[in-house]
Amino acid sequence: MMEPGLYHILFISAALFFIGIYGFFTRRNLITMLMSTELILNSVNLNFIAFNKYLWPGKMDGLFFTVFVIAIAAAEAAVGIAIIINLYRSHQSIDVASAEDLKY
Amino acid sequence: MPNAINIALIPLLPFAGFLLLGLFGKKFFGKTAGLIGTALLLVSCLLAFQTAYDYFFVYGKVNGAYQQFVPMQFVWLQFSKTLSIDMGLMIDPISVVMLVVVTFVSLMVHIYSLGYMKGEARFPVYYSFLGLFSFSMLGLVLATNIFQIYIFWELVGVSSFLLIGFYYEKPSAVAASKKAFIVTRFADFGFLIGILILSYCSNTLSFAELIQRLTTPGSSELQTAAGYSFLGISALTWGAALVFIGGAGKSAMFPLHIWLPDAMEGPTPVSALIHAATMVVAGVYLVARLFPVFALTTPEVLEGIGWVGAVSAIFAAVIACTQTDIKRVLAYSTMSQIGYMMFALGVSKYGGEEGLGYTASIFHLFTHAMFKALLFLGAGSVIHYVHSNEMKDMGGLRKFLPVTHITFLIACLAIAGVPPLAGFFSKEEILLAAYQHNQAIYYIALITSGITAFYMFRLYFNIFWSKPYHPHGEHQGEGGFVMTLPLFLLAAGALFAGFIPFGTLVSSDGKPLESHFHLSFSIAPVALGLAGIAAAMVLYKSQNERPGRISASLGGLYTAACHKFYIDELYLFVTRKVLFNLVGRPAAWFDRNVVDGLVNVTGNITLSLSEGIRKMQSGKVQQYGIYVLSAVIVLSVLFIYVW
Repeated sequence: MMEPGLYHILFISAALFFIGIYGFFTRRNLITMLMSTELILNSVNLNFIAFNKYLWPGKMDGLFFTVFVIAIAAAEAAVGIAIIINLYRSHQSIDVASAEDLKY
Repeated sequence: MPNAINIALIPLLPFAGFLLLGLFGKKFFGKTAGLIGTALLLVSCLLAFQTAYDYFFVYGKVNGAYQQFVPMQFVWLQFSKTLSIDMGLMIDPISVVMLVVVTFVSLMVHIYSLGYMKGEARFPVYYSFLGLFSFSMLGLVLATNIFQIYIFWELVGVSSFLLIGFYYEKPSAVAASKKAFIVTRFADFGFLIGILILSYCSNTLSFAELIQRLTTPGSSELQTAAGYSFLGISALTWGAALVFIGGAGKSAMFPLHIWLPDAMEGPTPVSALIHAATMVVAGVYLVARLFPVFALTTPEVLEGIGWVGAVSAIFAAVIACTQTDIKRVLAYSTMSQIGYMMFALGVSKYGGEEGLGYTASIFHLFTHAMFKALLFLGAGSVIHYVHSNEMKDMGGLRKFLPVTHITFLIACLAIAGVPPLAGFFSKEEILLAAYQHNQAIYYIALITSGITAFYMFRLYFNIFWSKPYHPHGEHQGEGGFVMTLPLFLLAAGALFAGFIPFGTLVSSDGKPLESHFHLSFSIAPVALGLAGIAAAMVLYKSQNERPGRISASLGGLYTAACHKFYIDELYLFVTRKVLFNLVGRPAAWFDRNVVDGLVNVTGNITLSLSEGIRKMQSGKVQQYGIYVLSAVIVLSVLFIYVW
């Protein structure tokens, strides 16, 4: 069993990022899209931690950033879900197409 | 030394009247507007007389010659260190003479209009326009540089336009005012180009410097100017000729005269002021102002001026014999007399006794202003009385309008050149000058003076004799003191103005002329004049068949003259058929398709661009996501691989 190195983690992070991107662009359901953005954010978190651990083990900057991102992601999820609920109330649907009306 | 304040007040007082009456006339003054305008002009007239007296008899003469003074001058627009447009006052013999003529005739017309225009709804407006005109004409006369004269030149054009179109409810008056403005404006276009050429050649706008630089043989400006030419004619000739075209337009010289007869649509006192005595002689004044340039540098243009003047003189005189509208007869007579002044300048030389034509021209301008204004004001009284311009509605008026009759007769005798009235002396001088320098013009002038006497007395007999007059309806008589006083004063001018020794006052180089008056020389013109009068008496003193028979025997010539030799029709043909089709329509096509087309294309491009950009804001969240992602990728690639 081999110890996982930086590249393995970066590979997983990149995979996670593109899965998130893919989900964001292809799903029509707003909840799923929100989940996809969470995936993207988490891939970033992974990157921060990995770089912190392997390149500057003596520092904590990467960890702090990750904590920030998790906090902000939580807030963003709350706001996002609130918007989705309101959209559902007015349109009886959480399809992304129903949000097109917002441009007017 | 000239008193600058007094001289500046001469034009500024009428201007003050214009502002006062134009802005507040209707509300605050009403019927007193006329008195205010007249009072201001009276002061200005007295100042002009005082200036003339001082100039001619106190300070004007230095070393035996009248000098030019510039008592006031300030820079109005500075273009460069050497070129600026100035505003100033110039005092020299011709400007002083013009000051007197303009203020005096204008004052007479102001007084006369108190009676003539009484009860007119736009009475204050009328007086404000008269004030504007007097101001602009005086400014023109006093101009120190060629650009200032141009500014005031356009201003008199505007006030003439306003006054011809004073009865703007009448379509004919509107048409006449437009015609006058467009024709003179067309000529002024030539004037402007002429100004540009002359000032470019001489590097200055000021009259004194321009004349000095362009007439000194071998001056550097002349040498430079000699290098320029266009169509094989030198630039200076073009410049002088174009300046003269401006003057010809204003002075109604053939073939730019067509506006003057129509301008008679204005109120009659206005015709007396603008279209007989002052504005129409502006062209003569302009040529006189630049006379050294014409005479010394471009004598060929001066000769052309002489011929244009002579042709206009006889041409208008022939037409005047056939017209039946009394004001039109006077209008053609004015044109003919201005023709006299023009060819007098044309046959003159610069300096000494050879400059007799110059003196004669200004002399005739002076006397003509007196008797022609008198004729117009007399015609005004007649029109006031019979409410018609047509000769057939008149006749036998001598008992009903005694004052008008006597003064009109005096003016007719003066213009016919009967000694010892004013017109005799000035006309003799002109004929003498023509005789000495250009025999052909002399004979034309001689014939014209006979025709002049004929048509003036045709007018006189048709108005005052011919048939008995049967008054109908209410009549105001001669309009009281305000309308007869100007007639008396102008008649005095027409009687005695000839005795002024003009040769000692005005000459081309400022030095007094010897008076050479040959009694034998004046036999021919006076005899012709008397013959003209006699002919008119035979034909028109009482109603008879003879005029009809003569006009029938003349056939085509009579019809042509009656239709003013079809010049108007020719202009209409040229403008409507030729210019409209060849220039107007292509220009309209170009405008509609090319100019408008360019604008439309710009609009369409903007429209389609924005149409495309609009689609980007679709409201689709995922599309926005794509934009963000692709932007990030592009920027990453750029940052990593390019920079």
